[in-house]
Amino acid sequence: MSTISLRQVTKRFDKLIAVDAVDLDVGAGEVVCLLGPSGCGKTTTLRMIAGLEAATAGDVLVGGERVNELSPSQRNIAMVFQFYALYPSLTVRENLAFPLAAERIGRDEITRRVQAVAATLELTHVLDRIPGRLAEGEKQRVAVGRAIIRDPSCFLFDEPLSRLDVELRQQMRGKIKEVLSGLSKATVIVTHDQLEALTMADRIAVMRDGRIEQVATPHEIFAKPANLFVASFIGTPQMNLLPAVCRGIENGLIRFGVDAQEVSLPMEPALARLAAGAKVTLGVRPRAFDLAREPSAGTLSAVADLIEPMGAETLVHMLEGERDIRVVVDRTRRVRPGERLHMRPKPGQIHVFDATGGRVSA
Amino acid sequence: MAAQRRPIGEAGWGRTLGAGIVAFVYFFPVLWIILTAFKTYSDALAIPPVWLFTPTLENFVQVFSRSYSAGAEAVATGFDRFFFNSIFIAGSSVLIALVVGTLAAYGFSRFPLRGNDTYLFIILTTRMMPAIVVIIPIFLMFQITGLAGTYLGIILLYAVFNLPFTIWMMKSFFDELSPDVEDAARMDGSSEVRLFFKICLPQVVAGIAATAVFGLILTWNEFLFALLLTGVETRTIPVAMAQTIGGDIGVRWGLLAAIETLFLIPVIVVVFVLQNHLLRGVTFGTIKR
Repeated sequence: MSTISLRQVTKRFDKLIAVDAVDLDVGAGEVVCLLGPSGCGKTTTLRMIAGLEAATAGDVLVGGERVNELSPSQRNIAMVFQFYALYPSLTVRENLAFPLAAERIGRDEITRRVQAVAATLELTHVLDRIPGRLAEGEKQRVAVGRAIIRDPSCFLFDEPLSRLDVELRQQMRGKIKEVLSGLSKATVIVTHDQLEALTMADRIAVMRDGRIEQVATPHEIFAKPANLFVASFIGTPQMNLLPAVCRGIENGLIRFGVDAQEVSLPMEPALARLAAGAKVTLGVRPRAFDLAREPSAGTLSAVADLIEPMGAETLVHMLEGERDIRVVVDRTRRVRPGERLHMRPKPGQIHVFDATGGRVSA
Repeated sequence: MAAQRRPIGEAGWGRTLGAGIVAFVYFFPVLWIILTAFKTYSDALAIPPVWLFTPTLENFVQVFSRSYSAGAEAVATGFDRFFFNSIFIAGSSVLIALVVGTLAAYGFSRFPLRGNDTYLFIILTTRMMPAIVVIIPIFLMFQITGLAGTYLGIILLYAVFNLPFTIWMMKSFFDELSPDVEDAARMDGSSEVRLFFKICLPQVVAGIAATAVFGLILTWNEFLFALLLTGVETRTIPVAMAQTIGGDIGVRWGLLAAIETLFLIPVIVVVFVLQNHLLRGVTFGTIKR
């Protein structure tokens, strides 16, 4: 079975704890993205699965077997490196065939598999070139080809698309997804690009400071972020985070004071533990507001300041006191700087986080 | 009047001429040697120097004749033997130094020992002493072990002499290689031996070429050790050349210049063949990432 499991895996570099008691399960055929800002320990985690770094504590399991003591070459894991790590003095053909040499298979079979992989990844015309003479996208495809040419127990990708330009990145995202879906292997992809994670992953593990903050499907990560960090890290433009105070419950509504204004939500069981006076943070995504011309109960009002057209939509920075609230409106909705607008958060799209940053609403 | 335009980066006549003069000054001694090699005995000694003369090959013929008549005396040269010695000794010693040094450098670079830098420093210190300081103990060691005057002795000595430089230079080349590439090879199931020969070694070919050229030039020109530690059979050209100076009729400049001209050829050939590698090799590592 092609699975990867991490049990309380920890990595210390002298005093620095790079990865802190990480638990993660990747099932056969599942693609999990490790997503986080640079220095959060995601690449170190990947390298521990690969065997390129030794775990300080905890167990790394591949296919259910503990592999901590096995060398990278014994683990039968294929990895695509961030800078491709192609063998500079070998041709593309030799690069692709390199992993097969360790498998002791016949010359004809090697030729056949190289041809097959080259055809899948459109590399047939560059087979006799050396990596130095390839375009960036071709190098990337060779790196992927070298990983899929043999039959590894699982796949690891370290920032696979970070060096490509936007157009190529979209193409390759689809290509990698397509190739992986046919292989039913456990796959871990490290990335700092949330769009890459949201599009390619079956599940996303958001990491910060060596810890996994949340593991969930892309939809759930976006719809129900487990804490303030995940909420602010996922989604562009960034979610608005408004400090608020709980004012109490009335007529099935729970009221929150935001600065001098007030927002109310329908009551939910999970919100019952908030006492009046509790400090919370309300999270509202820039696309989760309806604009109104007239103030009414439950609207926030602010003055339009900076206006950034983004094509199909327009990003409006609204100022209220010191606070900058980002709102995305349809491009047909004309907003003038200095205009006072009233924003009503869409029902069910307000995220409530308690004083420790954890999610309150269910 | 507007200054005449020329492409940016292209030198004007003034600079080209200046560079030409400097180059000529540097090259002049070599040119003089080559000219003298084609002069007759009397032309070579003429004062003021002769610029226009009838070239002769008699000096070159004499280099390779076993004996020839110089006035009344018969002199033996046998320089074919000495040429063979120089090429054989320099070639073998540099080869040994490269094989041992490259492996050692890879080890120092990839599998550092406790106190790695100390070992490297100790290796470097062996090159800090001038040769003249160590010549007496080495001479005694060679006498006792019977290595004096043998090919094995002088080849081993030169190989060891070249090792520190080879190790340091090759280590810097290995240090520059991307560790990701090696990690990738390990992930691909490669053994360490295959990794070294298929992946690492081909990437440092330019470095090996540059190191080899430096080693060859050093060994090719070496005089002191060769003078004291080679015998009649194993004599190298620098020593043999020095011994042609003298004799009853004064220095035979034409003969000496002919030997020197021939002596230059192998070095020029090697540098010419390896020039592309050499340029990459000596500029490699000058830009730190």
